[in-house]
Amino acid sequence: MTRDEIYVKLNEVFQDVFDDEDISVNDSTTADDIEDWDSLEHINLIVAVERAFGIKFSMGETTSMKNVGAMVDIIAERAG
Amino acid sequence: MLELQYPYDADYILRKKKSIKKSLLAREGVNYVNKKIAVLGGSTTSNIVLMLELFLLDNGIKAEFYESEYNKFWEDAVFGNPELDEFAPDLVIFHTTSRNITRWPTVKDPADAVNAMAEAEFNRFRQAWEAVSGKFHCTVIQNNFEQPFYRLMGNSDVSDIHGRLNYINRLNQMFYEYAQTHETFYIHDANYQASVYGIKRWADLADWYRYKYAMAVSAIPDFAFSLSHIIKAVYGKNKKALTMDLDNTLWGGIVGDDGPENIKIGQEDAVSELYSEFQEYLKAHKDLGILLTVNSKNDEENAIAGLSRPDSVLKPDDFLVIKANWDTKDRNLVATAKEINIGVDSLVFVDDNPAERAIVRGSVDGSTVPEVGAPETYIDVIDSNGFFEVTGISEEDLKRNEMYKANLERQHVQDSFADYGEYLTSLEMHAEILPFSPMYMARIAELTNKSNQFNLTTKRCSLADIEKIAADPSFITLYGKLTDKFGDNGVVSVAFGHIDGKIADIDLWLMSCRVLKRDMECAMMDEFVRLAVERGITTVIGHYYPTAKNKMVKDFFADRGFKLVEEDGEGNRLYELDISGGYENTNRYIKVN
Repeated sequence: MTRDEIYVKLNEVFQDVFDDEDISVNDSTTADDIEDWDSLEHINLIVAVERAFGIKFSMGETTSMKNVGAMVDIIAERAG
Repeated sequence: MLELQYPYDADYILRKKKSIKKSLLAREGVNYVNKKIAVLGGSTTSNIVLMLELFLLDNGIKAEFYESEYNKFWEDAVFGNPELDEFAPDLVIFHTTSRNITRWPTVKDPADAVNAMAEAEFNRFRQAWEAVSGKFHCTVIQNNFEQPFYRLMGNSDVSDIHGRLNYINRLNQMFYEYAQTHETFYIHDANYQASVYGIKRWADLADWYRYKYAMAVSAIPDFAFSLSHIIKAVYGKNKKALTMDLDNTLWGGIVGDDGPENIKIGQEDAVSELYSEFQEYLKAHKDLGILLTVNSKNDEENAIAGLSRPDSVLKPDDFLVIKANWDTKDRNLVATAKEINIGVDSLVFVDDNPAERAIVRGSVDGSTVPEVGAPETYIDVIDSNGFFEVTGISEEDLKRNEMYKANLERQHVQDSFADYGEYLTSLEMHAEILPFSPMYMARIAELTNKSNQFNLTTKRCSLADIEKIAADPSFITLYGKLTDKFGDNGVVSVAFGHIDGKIADIDLWLMSCRVLKRDMECAMMDEFVRLAVERGITTVIGHYYPTAKNKMVKDFFADRGFKLVEEDGEGNRLYELDISGGYENTNRYIKVN
């Protein structure tokens, strides 16, 4: 999967989880950029991303991802 | 909503929860019951509440939630908390898991020490249950403990008193014994849900250590779905009937084409055996008070011939209504509901044909048509949806099928009388109209939650509320039980009012529609007024609060001789009846007490 392909799918996940069709994320997006992205929604987001790409983040990764770019790095590495 | 029916996609529900909630709330004409639910957790509860909210909305329950601070279930319950006190829950859920067991046996502990440990652990929970039920008179739901994901002692873990699995089973058994003797206390079988999901996947250590969820986040929809079944059953939102298609649903093959001798039922081959087990499963529902009916595109003669095979488990007589004709299934479904006088939303329609299911779902508002799949999944789909969740079996449930049957017979007799009064006389009716008594309180609470049409104030009461009112001397309470020559209708009417000086103010007045136009409401009013006079009351006050469903009683008090005192812009009416100068009884056909 290319980064562009990942972003197409990832944006759908973000749009569903935050129920906002206007959301578009990029490498530098962080929780501060999306109003509803709190610790509770972070959990739902992680689970939804894992399911959408058929991958699993490790415990360490879940807490250390600094921005969406870091998330996409992991997806790119793991998703077939 | 189909997305929230089993088999659902749990990940989809988690991901789309916000838009699902929006579309649930956008539905029109839903008659919601409002409830306050406190979730006292021993682990994180946020997503559990969000999922539970969706499933409850889907069942017509609008819940407001209180959540305890993380792992403060015991402190909130036992020591109280001003926020929780103010919230005054109708229902308290103790969301605890095996993670919340404080003392575990070790192999060094002698048997009496293990016993004492289990006793102490149980008492800690009991103290929490009794603190909230004493303070709030609320319903209590408690998870049982799920099996641990590892077994230190291997296979002995289950049989040795030092094993964790043995210990959990013992604590669970103590919980069950408590549930068996406490009516408003229910066990949520989280242990079963964990087993179905897979104990090892359920105990997701990453989700526990990251988020302190005691189960995998992906398992939360299953957990909440199962929990919602108890709640909707407690608040009277269970389904009442199974409406069955015949060909390839109750048996294999098409009776009209293949002939009754060639359909697949009985023990002759694998497919026949499969359908026989399904029929056994359906038949067992009759004992729980669930009604069975047929809705099939067939000549009636063929349908009866199929059901009359000697090896058919279900016989024509097991069905309250058989609609086997060439009318559309949606119209048959609506007609069935009307004939047995229950809401069409109380029927579960089962059909093997996806196209028929889609048509019925699309054209009958509020219909429930599960995606039953192939014959080998019929039982699982019907069962896992919890349509008929049992929270206690009343005598009413056991007799329900007979009662509805008697009702249909009454209708036939009624047609043969020219004069309605003569018909009523012929019914030889007897009523028992008395203050709330312990034997009927569960039924009384059930009626306050189920009755929509003949219900003046639509006040919903839990069993705990009813018990409280019954014990309070400042209330006049009445239940009415009606028997006639065709059978016992059970408790069909409930009323209570509070006394304030010389005034009795009627808080609730309802009647089951199955005894409409039988003079039962007259007999109830006569008795209410008689008790009021006995207590020196001079004025009876009545209220009518309009809802989408109770128009039929808008003039109820006027018809009983009450005077309209005021009506506000929303149609809420206040009536008054002066009984200082006497009262003339109005019931003519029922012998009372």
